[in-house]
Parts: sequence; C-alpha cells; structure tokens
Amino acid sequence: MQKIWYTFYKGLFEMNPIFKLALSLCPALAVTSTVVNAFAMGIAVTFVLTMNNIVVSIFRNYVNPKVRVPVYITSIATIVTVTQLVLEAYFPAIFQALGIYLALVVVFAIILARAEVFASKNNVFYSALDGFGMGIGFMIAMLLIGSIRELFGSGTLAGISVMPDMYNPALIMILPPGAFLLIGILIGMFNLIGQYQDKAKEEKMQNERMQKLALQRGE
Amino acid sequence: MEYFTLFMSAVIVNNFVLTRFLGLCIFFGVSKNLDASLGMGVAVTSIMTLSSALAWAVHHYVLHPQGLEFLTTAVFVVLIACFVQLLEMIIRKYSPTLYNMWGIYLLLIATNCIVFGVPVINAESGFNFTQSIVNSFGSGVGFALALVLMASLREKLRYADVPKPLEGLGIAFILAGMLALSFFGFSGMIPT
Repeated sequence: MQKIWYTFYKGLFEMNPIFKLALSLCPALAVTSTVVNAFAMGIAVTFVLTMNNIVVSIFRNYVNPKVRVPVYITSIATIVTVTQLVLEAYFPAIFQALGIYLALVVVFAIILARAEVFASKNNVFYSALDGFGMGIGFMIAMLLIGSIRELFGSGTLAGISVMPDMYNPALIMILPPGAFLLIGILIGMFNLIGQYQDKAKEEKMQNERMQKLALQRGE
Repeated sequence: MEYFTLFMSAVIVNNFVLTRFLGLCIFFGVSKNLDASLGMGVAVTSIMTLSSALAWAVHHYVLHPQGLEFLTTAVFVVLIACFVQLLEMIIRKYSPTLYNMWGIYLLLIATNCIVFGVPVINAESGFNFTQSIVNSFGSGVGFALALVLMASLREKLRYADVPKPLEGLGIAFILAGMLALSFFGFSGMIPT
C-alpha cells in the first residue's frame, strides 16, 4: 500500500517535474498567462503521460531495446494527435489559445523520461499511477504559476475580477520577462523550503540518536 | 527586403528563447560555458535549417496534397528524429574531427522543442520554401545569440555572491528574465 501511495505521491512535490526536475519548462512559461490555459495544458499533459506510460508498459517486453526511443516517440506522437483532435473538436477556444505548444507536447522531456526511467521497467498499474502522479504534479506547478501571473498581471483569477478597482495591473507579469523572473523566484522558494525540511529531518535524527545513546547508558 | 524583415524578426523581435520559450532545456543546460554554447548554437542553426527544408518538402508534396495534415505532428517528429540520427552516422563515418566537435550535441537535438517547433510554425504560417529557410535560419541565429549572451553572463556570475537557495537554476531564470526584458525593447521595431 505504501509503495502504491509513494508511486503516486512522489510526482507531486518530491520529484515535481517543473520545480525539482526542471524538465519541460517551455509550457510552464508559455501558456501560464491565464489560469484556464494552464489548467487545460495540465490536463492534456496528464492524459498523455498516463496513456503513454500504459502503452510503453504493455509493450515493454516486446520492444527491442535498440529501437526503443523511436517506438516511444511514435507512441507519444499518436496520443498527442488524438488529444489535439479532441480539443480542436470540442474546445476550439482552448485549442487556439494553446496553439503550437500543444503539438510541442510530443517533445516534452518529462514524457520520454518517465517512459524510459519508469514505465519500461514496471507493470501497467504502477506505470499508470506514476504517469498520473507526475501529470498532477505538473498541473499543480502550472496552476501555481498561472494564478500568480494572472492575479498580478491582469487582476483577475480564471476570468473573474478579484483585485480591488484601484489596483493597477502589472503588465510585466503577463509578458515573457515576468514569467522568467517569477519561475526563478519560485525555484528559489522551493529550494529554501527543501533546505528547512532537510535541516529539520537531520535534527530529528540527531535527537533520536541521542535518546538511544542515553537509553543504552542508562541500562 | 521582405526576407530581411523576416530574418530580423526571427532573430530579435520574436527571439525563440526569450519571447517564445522554445528550447529552454538546452538554453539552461548548455549555457554554463561559453565554448559549449557556441558549438551548440552552430549545431542547432544548421540542423534546424536542414530539417525544416526537409519538413517543408514532406508537408508540401506529401501531406498537403493527400489531405493528411492532421498527421503533421507525428510525421514531423519521426522525420526529424530519423534525420538527425542519419546525419550523426554520416558525420561519424566521413568526418571524425567534425564528429568530435559536434557529436555530443546531435543526440541532444534529436528530440527537442526548438528543432521540432520551427517546421511546425512554418507549416502553420503557410510559408513558401525560401520563407521557411529564412525563418528557420533566423530562428537558429537568434537562439545562438541568446545562448552566447547567457553563457557570457553566467561566466561572470561565477564570482558573484548569490543567495544560497537561488544558486544554479534560480538565478539563471532571473538572469534570463532581465535578458528578455532588454530584448523586449525591440518589439514594435518591425510592423506586423
């Protein structure tokens, strides 16, 4: 049970694709100027990651290791084409907004990396879970960046005005430079939190060791 | 003149890295040292120009007449990956010196958003052959320019006192933000 939970959970924070692994950064900057776009991109990537992990895992024993990368690429390209067609048919506005970045999901490093590192070695259930967890972690990061950018850049959240009227939107947050600055600061914050956690863990371990030592001496 | 405008717009105004966010993995991975980024810039520019010529031919003579445009994504990505692999084999066989200089970059390029993105943009904008070539070459030069600028900045940064949590990727992003801000001054230079 713990292993199942961990397979899913590690993608959320511990190995967050954007902040920790620093993979697939292009969409994190390009389509996060509004929350809705960020959410749509997150859904699309989660779907592709999960489906691709399942496909790769099913065929993991039949694919010759020498040709594995072309096989993975073909599988990813097929799934992405399906996603594109579905979005174009049912959500044309979102399809327009995501534009070229939806086609670029094909070459996201995170999808190929999960297929290579995880799905080619594990069974279907764990692979699907791993892809889903990673996708959700990606979506959380996208939503975080998207909401900050939209809030400060145009004073709205998912299209609803939330800032007081006197607030003057900082246009730079919507523009490309703001995206770079914001992600830089967010990575710094993630690292800072990670440092505190490490320190706390170390202190806790040290305390336990001291207690054990004291117990031994007492006996 | 039209081609010159297209070229300048691809190099500076619509710079691939700083305004379209393509090729960021390479941009942050390679820009740690100046020599590597120069080599990478040249490699990306040449591969991109060649592969977009190939992709244009496939799109114009095969996909478009047959009405198979919905397959563009899948066909392009396989085409480019195969082309780069083939180029790597040819270079290794006939010019080992060139391979030593370049070889390591070629594998990194094979499936990368910048090399894949340009042919897709060309196909979507409906460019003709010359326009596609000019646009891809300009985009490559723009990428190389941004990469070399970034590498020079990061080399200077080595002796700076950076706050501990921002070390590495964090400060690199903030630096790229500053760079993007200065490139932003060029927008509006070319009427659209």
